Amino acid sequence: MNAPASAATLAAAVPVRFSLDGRPLEAAPGESILACAARHGIGIPHLCHKDGLRPDGNCRACVVEIDGERVLAPSCCRSPVEGMAVKATSARALASQRMVVELLLADAPVAAQRADSELLQWAAALGVAGTRFAPREAGAPDMSHPAMAVDLDACIQCGRCVRACREEQVNDVIGYAWRGDAARIVFDQDDPMGASTCVACGECVQACPTGALLPRRLGAGADAGTPVDPTAAERKVDSLCPFCGVGCQLTYHVRDERIDWVEGRDGPANHGRLCVKGRFGFDYASSPDRLTVPLVRRDGVAKDPHFERVPADWRASFREASWEEAMTRAAGGFVKIRDTVGPQALAGFGSAKGSNEEAYLFQKLVRTGFGTNNVDHCTRLCHASSVAALLEGIGSGAVSNQVSDVAHAEVIFVIGANPTVNHPVAATWIKNAVKRGATLIVADPRRTGLARHAAHVLQFRADTDVAMLNAMLHTVIDEGLVDRAFVEARTEDYEALAANVREFSPERMAPVCGIDAQTLRTVARRFARSRGSMILWGMGVSQHVHGTDNARCLIALSLLTGQIGRPGTGLHPLRGQNNVQGASDAGLIPMMLPDYHRVDDPVAAGVIERLWGAPVDPNPGLTVVEIINAAAAGTIRGMYVMGENPAMSDPDLGHAREALAALDLLVVQDIFPTETAWLADVILPASAFPEKTGSFTNTDRMVQLGRQAVALPGAARQDLAIIVDMARRLGLDWTYTHPSEVFAEMRQAMGSIGGIDWRRLEAQGSVTYPCEGPDDPGQPLVFIERFPTASGRARLVPASLRTADETPDAEYPMVLITGRQLEHWHTGSMTRRARVLDAVEPEATASLNARELERIGVAPGDPVAIASRRGRVVLRARLDDGIPDRTVFMPFAYAEAAANLLTNPALDPLGKIPELKYCAVRVARAQPAAAPLRAP
Amino acid sequence: MTEQPLHFRRPVGRPRGRPPDPAAAARLRGLLVGLARRPDLLIECLHRIQDADGHLAAPMLAALADELSLAQAEVFEVATFYHHFDVRREGETPPPPLTVRVCESISCAMQGGESLADALAVTLGDTVRVQRVPCIGRCAQAPAAVVDRYPVAPATLESLRAAVDAGLRECAPPPVPDLAVALAAGAYAQLRRCLSGMLERETVFATLEAGGLRGLGGAGFPTGRKWRTVAAQPGPRLMAVNADEGEPGTFKDRDWLEREPHRILEGMLIGAWTVGAQACYFYLRDEYAGVRTMLETLLPQLEAWLAAAWPDTAASPRPVLHLRRGAGAYVCGEESAMIESIEGRRGMPRLRPPYVAQVGLFGRPTLVNNPETLAWAVTLLEHGPEWYAARGRRERRGLRSFSVSGRVREPGVKVAPAGISLRELVDEYCGGMADGHRLYGFLPGGASGGILPAALADLPLDFDTLAAHGAFVGSCAVIVLSQHDRARDAAANLMNFFRHESCGQCTPCRVGTAKAQPLLAAPVWDAALLGELSQAMRDASICGLGQAAPNPVDSVLRFFSDEVTER
Repeated sequence: MNAPASAATLAAAVPVRFSLDGRPLEAAPGESILACAARHGIGIPHLCHKDGLRPDGNCRACVVEIDGERVLAPSCCRSPVEGMAVKATSARALASQRMVVELLLADAPVAAQRADSELLQWAAALGVAGTRFAPREAGAPDMSHPAMAVDLDACIQCGRCVRACREEQVNDVIGYAWRGDAARIVFDQDDPMGASTCVACGECVQACPTGALLPRRLGAGADAGTPVDPTAAERKVDSLCPFCGVGCQLTYHVRDERIDWVEGRDGPANHGRLCVKGRFGFDYASSPDRLTVPLVRRDGVAKDPHFERVPADWRASFREASWEEAMTRAAGGFVKIRDTVGPQALAGFGSAKGSNEEAYLFQKLVRTGFGTNNVDHCTRLCHASSVAALLEGIGSGAVSNQVSDVAHAEVIFVIGANPTVNHPVAATWIKNAVKRGATLIVADPRRTGLARHAAHVLQFRADTDVAMLNAMLHTVIDEGLVDRAFVEARTEDYEALAANVREFSPERMAPVCGIDAQTLRTVARRFARSRGSMILWGMGVSQHVHGTDNARCLIALSLLTGQIGRPGTGLHPLRGQNNVQGASDAGLIPMMLPDYHRVDDPVAAGVIERLWGAPVDPNPGLTVVEIINAAAAGTIRGMYVMGENPAMSDPDLGHAREALAALDLLVVQDIFPTETAWLADVILPASAFPEKTGSFTNTDRMVQLGRQAVALPGAARQDLAIIVDMARRLGLDWTYTHPSEVFAEMRQAMGSIGGIDWRRLEAQGSVTYPCEGPDDPGQPLVFIERFPTASGRARLVPASLRTADETPDAEYPMVLITGRQLEHWHTGSMTRRARVLDAVEPEATASLNARELERIGVAPGDPVAIASRRGRVVLRARLDDGIPDRTVFMPFAYAEAAANLLTNPALDPLGKIPELKYCAVRVARAQPAAAPLRAP
Repeated sequence: MTEQPLHFRRPVGRPRGRPPDPAAAARLRGLLVGLARRPDLLIECLHRIQDADGHLAAPMLAALADELSLAQAEVFEVATFYHHFDVRREGETPPPPLTVRVCESISCAMQGGESLADALAVTLGDTVRVQRVPCIGRCAQAPAAVVDRYPVAPATLESLRAAVDAGLRECAPPPVPDLAVALAAGAYAQLRRCLSGMLERETVFATLEAGGLRGLGGAGFPTGRKWRTVAAQPGPRLMAVNADEGEPGTFKDRDWLEREPHRILEGMLIGAWTVGAQACYFYLRDEYAGVRTMLETLLPQLEAWLAAAWPDTAASPRPVLHLRRGAGAYVCGEESAMIESIEGRRGMPRLRPPYVAQVGLFGRPTLVNNPETLAWAVTLLEHGPEWYAARGRRERRGLRSFSVSGRVREPGVKVAPAGISLRELVDEYCGGMADGHRLYGFLPGGASGGILPAALADLPLDFDTLAAHGAFVGSCAVIVLSQHDRARDAAANLMNFFRHESCGQCTPCRVGTAKAQPLLAAPVWDAALLGELSQAMRDASICGLGQAAPNPVDSVLRFFSDEVTER
């Protein structure tokens, strides 16, 4: 009621006139006195208030005198009314403001405060020199967490960390416990921070005004582990987080030419929020493992695909080389294969971790320098099936609505995604929406972090997505919940879909998917009837041989109920990598040119050919797994791999590694000696994220600018420069020297970003596409009136039941689900070299529920051996009661127990995505001798 | 800061944080039988565990968090907020099986409560925990103590020892008629008039307004106006009865509840009918265990009767009745803190505006009344407003239940005219001063209402009459001091109480009470600093607790300065 109103309401309404210390001011209705004063350049003291957090009014440093009121009022929580006379600097108001600061100085003395403490700043501003009160008893700091230091001697109990943890991030770890002057912040049940459920998002650190919570220094020097001095940074560089697809903006604080600490920035996707990877996972770039000189394989040293770990010492297999030698070998080898065997014997894997400019140039190089469409990247392992279904159904593979749009949804349906782990900041918007009253439905074979917030948790049987979703579609039709007007005006092929789902009643599908019919019907009703229902999904949907079918069902659900094309509705496949959207947009896929023009569409290809002044092969190229198979078969002979790690990320690694080892020439461009690099002939040391400038496109279709913060190590070069160098050696006349030049060319090839130029990107930092002209603010919501298909209508595509390629049997009786963990990114090459992330999740684990652990006869933490028809690994068992029976979950980030040694390379027929989410395994106790998997 | 290695490794065999304890989870489910898994019932759940185990073990709290889909921190901060919960982390020793709580608040302290507690700890040994606790609402029989829930007042070493040895642990419910008997005797007649259409809502408002009935929980807000305001708010609306009487020196609501529960419940139902409340939450302080037992019997009887007697309509929804148990927090007598507590959270007062009449319990317009006020509302409807209004003295209207304790011959609850003077109250109702005691000063309104000297004993005791002297009557808890007492000791005792009971939310109260307490121990007070502190606490605290906490200090400096200045 007196809570400050949202920005939208503020804009619309009539201003309120009041006076502040005699000065007439106009406040927007609902605006607080404090905010209005700040807007007019008047600073009222405040400590517990921070923009972005709910005003709480507890510190009372901001109290003001209001004519006619008995006591002072907190200006952060009070909105002026017409004619109100407010005094912030009257003797009475100042006396209380000063007393509050003086009292807090006794509790949290100057000595405990960090240099930029807001308490000290306001003490100085108010002329409070010291305190006349007795100090509070000092306590011991809590240094149990590797990333953060807790020193409650500096704490002023303002509760900003509590609101950051509970209301902003909704991680719900920090509480304000006990009472009176004994009240203090606690983690869980007053546990050491490091032993608590803290997920180390660091939002509390960012919220703390006094330094009671500080990041710890990560460097290897004598100061390692000490709290960061936030004022010591020499420069700040506004950039992006290099990890997931959420696209958080951040600021690197650089000191001694190294990143000292990271702060969340108010970007459109994150509004200052970060997760543990973004905030504390940046030091991988300064790892001693970095590749700093080109390496070439020693003559006569064979490639061994059957390695356990990449050895620490490379010198037996590789020797250092000059750039000239390395590039000559690499490019010379490619030219030789191209000119003797033919262009189709070459292939390139680009990376969704590189910039748009790198992705664009890489595919252009493969297409015009190699002369083949054999170019792909990890999107194939990620959302290829989703994109296939989306292109088929609605003509666009990108998201229809941005994640933050969940704020407008009444129902949020998250399926096959674990965003608290894989898209942590996106998950915060979902949790915020639930706190504001949205209904969350979570469907996943595992009970995951969002389940606690969900109204309906559908822990369905793995592999039965189509059965469950068709039952929901059946309900929508059966119960007359179809949005007839929408279906008639905007879709086609309704009859085929209706006929198909007729057989899929919830009652019949319940025993198949393991969710009772009543729940299926309830959920379908909730979804169909709400004023806005939004679907978000992840790899749990896509990484199946029926991944495309799974996505088809979701698309149909959205279309049948008319839940698309409006705020708070739509389809959002959560993109994994920071630039998987941009890399795909840029044409880093074998059948598509930039902006998804098919290579076999002569009109579109002609446009690109004219722009490039070079012919494009009209035949679609091979996809990731097909390329690996072709390498194994000997038809692909040379590969250029930039920033990808297929020797860890591909299914059936034994096979994939053999295939890579069989190549005549493998050139790997990376920042670390990855498993793939171990099989290379030439290794080119490249640029880490904070060392380069480029544009990146997040899951929300926001094109954002990453800026170089630190210098390259040793002789490492910019990826862009290496690609250009390679191209020139392949006979192309490229002269690009800066990403802006590449981006300018991309705009000509890609109408979707036509309105974004480099200068706009530099000025705004983030622009959403479609953005067709310089005046187009960008279109966060698409498909409002038509779909980008030939007919303008969306297609309803029926999906039938199909089981996984490999189902459990007597020999391999359990299901293996692979995935990621919060701390470790993808194949672990970056995050396992980040000290905090490695400290928090130090080794490979296989999660099983208590019943399975008991059945296998192991205790939590004991080693287990997991075998499939393709491989075997040994790792520690982790108790997780969220895992269903007869199922084991493994993250694939750990080279020493690589989950993908076990996975099945069977492909979805349309999306060509492997079935990474499902294969049959056997789990058994491992020999006790294997116990010390990693030295404690 | 001490240095620790960065290479921290967490146990990899389990998810982060405290490992789940299936045994605790199973036991918990047994304890929670019959309780809905709703976060607003968190405190009720905690009581179940505390009652069964004598403490709250960390694995049980973790299991409870799981059960209610709450975070551990949310459960822990509530559990640690309330004094009647004993939280024990892994490896900590649970409290002894028996707890004797000795009141250390002012009336009991004046009668030797503190030394009793000290002596008791020695006498009873390690198997019994002796706790000094704030007022338990038995100030007329000071010093008071409870053995688990069994009250002993006045308490002596011998009487407590005897109670412990005799195994007395529970408080017997007061001997009140059950509903059928009460109905037969004509109780709930006014409610029946409402339900039968004989009474209009407007008549109820007008009667309360004409009689001048004011809220007797301490604030004195005109009851009729409050009911009218809530009734005018958009529905759905709720009602809460604030029976969290905790002001030191106050015990009149307990007295009313033990004598006239049906009258209070009738008043509650009339209030609910008048404002159209869908539910009534009866929030009772945990110290009144006997009353709780009584209400646990009466409320279901009442609901059963109402099911037939009260047709549930949109205009007059039949209220669902909830009994909610406090857990040892004075601040929960503050209405918005009580609402937070009913919602299952820490009792931290809310910022106003909005007022609870507009945005209260579960965000709904809420009528909050004190038990005594509700009882008088029934009386006004019975006897008419004139009868009540004519009962005052010195042009004040109505009757008040004074809780009188301290140095008088006959302490107790005295139903006396509003506007009576302290001298009249003592002489006419309390049999005069106790033997050997001469009036030195008095606290007109418990801990919060300041301390007045004997010279002001002829002032009318009522709302709004004492403000000029820096005092107020509040809940009419009158504590009488004699020449054997010192005002500064009272002030120190009270500041200790406020420090103990501050919720910890706002700086002036949380830090102010903590910093003031040592200042009051100095032989000569730093009047300037205390004055500045007092002003900030008064002006800038969120709720009445912090705003009133400096009252006794100010009173001492104003009326008893010779006690704290150099002679």
